[in-house]
Amino acid sequence: MRATRRKFLKVGVASACVLMTARVLDRNVFAEDNKRGSLDLKKIANKDAVCIAALAAAVLKGALPDEATARVIAINEVVEAFDRTVAGLSPAVQKEVEELLSLLTFSITRRLVAGVSKPWDEATEDDVSNFLSRWRQSRFSLLQQGYQALARVIVACWYGNPLSWGKIGYGGPPFGKELGLV
Amino acid sequence: MSESIINDPIKLALGDHRRGWKVIDGTRMTGDINIECDVVIVGSGAGGGTAAEMLTQSGLTVLMIEEGPFKSSSDFRMRERDAYPQLYQESAGRQTRDKGITILQGRAVGGSTTVNWTSSFRTPPATLRHWEKFWGLAEFTEDKLAPWFAKMEQRLNIAPWPLPPNENNDILRRGCEKLGLHAAAIRRNVKDCWNLGYCGMGCPTNAKQSMLVTTIPDALDRGMSLIHSARVEKLSSRNAKITSLVAVGMKADDVGVNTAAGPHRIFVTAKHYILAGGAINNPALMLRSRLPDPHQTLGKRTFLHPSPVSAAIMDGKVEGYSGAPQTIYSDHFLDTVPHDGPIGFKLEAPPIHPILAGITLQGFGIAHSMWMTRLPNMHVAIALMRDGFHPQSVGGSVAIRNDGSALLDYQISNYVWDGIRHALMVMAEVQFAAGAKIVMPLHEDAKPYRHWPDAKRAIESMPMQTLRTRVASAHVMGGCAMGADARMSVTRGDGRHHQVENLWVFDGSVFPTSIGANPQLSIYAMVARNATGLAGLLAAPAAVDRLRAVGAG
Repeated sequence: MRATRRKFLKVGVASACVLMTARVLDRNVFAEDNKRGSLDLKKIANKDAVCIAALAAAVLKGALPDEATARVIAINEVVEAFDRTVAGLSPAVQKEVEELLSLLTFSITRRLVAGVSKPWDEATEDDVSNFLSRWRQSRFSLLQQGYQALARVIVACWYGNPLSWGKIGYGGPPFGKELGLV
Repeated sequence: MSESIINDPIKLALGDHRRGWKVIDGTRMTGDINIECDVVIVGSGAGGGTAAEMLTQSGLTVLMIEEGPFKSSSDFRMRERDAYPQLYQESAGRQTRDKGITILQGRAVGGSTTVNWTSSFRTPPATLRHWEKFWGLAEFTEDKLAPWFAKMEQRLNIAPWPLPPNENNDILRRGCEKLGLHAAAIRRNVKDCWNLGYCGMGCPTNAKQSMLVTTIPDALDRGMSLIHSARVEKLSSRNAKITSLVAVGMKADDVGVNTAAGPHRIFVTAKHYILAGGAINNPALMLRSRLPDPHQTLGKRTFLHPSPVSAAIMDGKVEGYSGAPQTIYSDHFLDTVPHDGPIGFKLEAPPIHPILAGITLQGFGIAHSMWMTRLPNMHVAIALMRDGFHPQSVGGSVAIRNDGSALLDYQISNYVWDGIRHALMVMAEVQFAAGAKIVMPLHEDAKPYRHWPDAKRAIESMPMQTLRTRVASAHVMGGCAMGADARMSVTRGDGRHHQVENLWVFDGSVFPTSIGANPQLSIYAMVARNATGLAGLLAAPAAVDRLRAVGAG
């Protein structure tokens, strides 16, 4: 128990240092990358969106539409919903998410902490799944927390979307007509 | 879009100048505001709403401040993705410090009563006896509270639910009966309920008798002022008395959730200050305000009814998203367990909507989506741990982050983990007894099990650890414990702060333990009693006599 805690602390401190470096570099070197892509993003940067899109494809495997165009639309909507979710978090939790996204998108920490050697838009589905599994099964709470936060928000962003309901046999809210919802 | 056949009583009243409602939206303030009143109430949930009605009935000038928005039936569109960010603390993703427990708590006018699942229980007599014995709360015996329960049951139409339970609840009933476990029906605070099953997203038909459609409109009709979308930052005190309160209007953001402070403030001077922001926010406000806490009791003993979850796949359709949620419960593992024995728990069957199911099921990719495709056949059971009755269950403790926001640290003790393991077994056994084809305890290491002995063996050896075991909570209690002994508690039995004479806590945060049942009715009754007591101190005698007569009759 004590050994675990010591190790946890070590990893905690180490990741805090790495994070700080990542954030400083992030701001200076990659500030230009913060331009918005074709998505309607309020809070997260374009590079975050690329990362979330890659994660979404793995987290939602089997749940997304099979047809290519529909799939792209679905992933884009998940990314936009992820962004809206972050925008609605409290400032303190928003900061935690920003740190997590910095860690995942800064190439050095992406390799070292996430263990993903290629940029997110080049990572294969296996690369991404392996990363998710590693963090999910990690002995370190910080990484388990990171995995759960990412998976949970991505899942919420998809299953909140009526596009997802067909595959899960959910018909949506009842009495739409009587209640003036449609 | 078609026209709704349901009138929105809140929007109608707001648009009717004859009603004279005084409502300010904190996101639309154009400058600072100064207000003087008899009583200011922080929070608009079960505690704040009940207090508002009692105090305005006795003729006092009351101001209510709520951090969340003023949404009402026409805004409630039964969509999780809209409801969770708009109506819940931290978009329904509020978590304990180590992220081990996810907490569903309301953040809107009406507080959690706007989004709760309508389960109504009187405080279990065993809980009240425990409080009397260990917390010196002789005023809360079953007999003495009975008239207050009766009063609030009548006010909020709390009654047996006349329709058959939905299949999700009936499975719990059948499984319990097969195993010889007690199971019974849950009373609900509804009127002309459509049996839709979307209580958690705000009632679209105004059937749920939440504070939003009962006590708060009543108090507004009697002249109460309501400022919503405004967060109370700090209480100022001098010589053991609160002298003023400052709140800030929230800043309107792109997504309408409004979590950051805006530029304008509200300065309030009142004779008495009532905290009703819940067991996490009340202690945080008191900590920010550096109020006296001579025995370091503030924010301690915060309880959650930590709840493990078990999912199952049935042969037939369950459609747990449809029909009144939580209409059947079992107290077998509360009634047969003494408080000083292993932790007891209450079994219930929650609503199963896509987001809630999705974020609670473990795993990702194919393993996760396979479960989601079985949503119509999915049964879900939860077990609410009765925390706070045993020396090895001391609950959590609230602290404030650097920015002043609340953070709850809740470490699940081995004693509580033992109960969680036991409950996962019981739920699996109940689900198999009711005919489940597959049962899956919600745990990162669990697999789908087809036979009870396999599930039992697996659960016996699963590591019961934070983050690996899914634990949820929909009940925040404690943190401002009431008690006769000031060294052990924060408030007295009448809700008054032990050290600060004009500060009162009127909600579930005064509970010195968890309730061992869904807490709304406990809050209603105890606050009705205590708010009547406060009114007695402040108001004209005739008005208070009227209140007492109701309470006693």
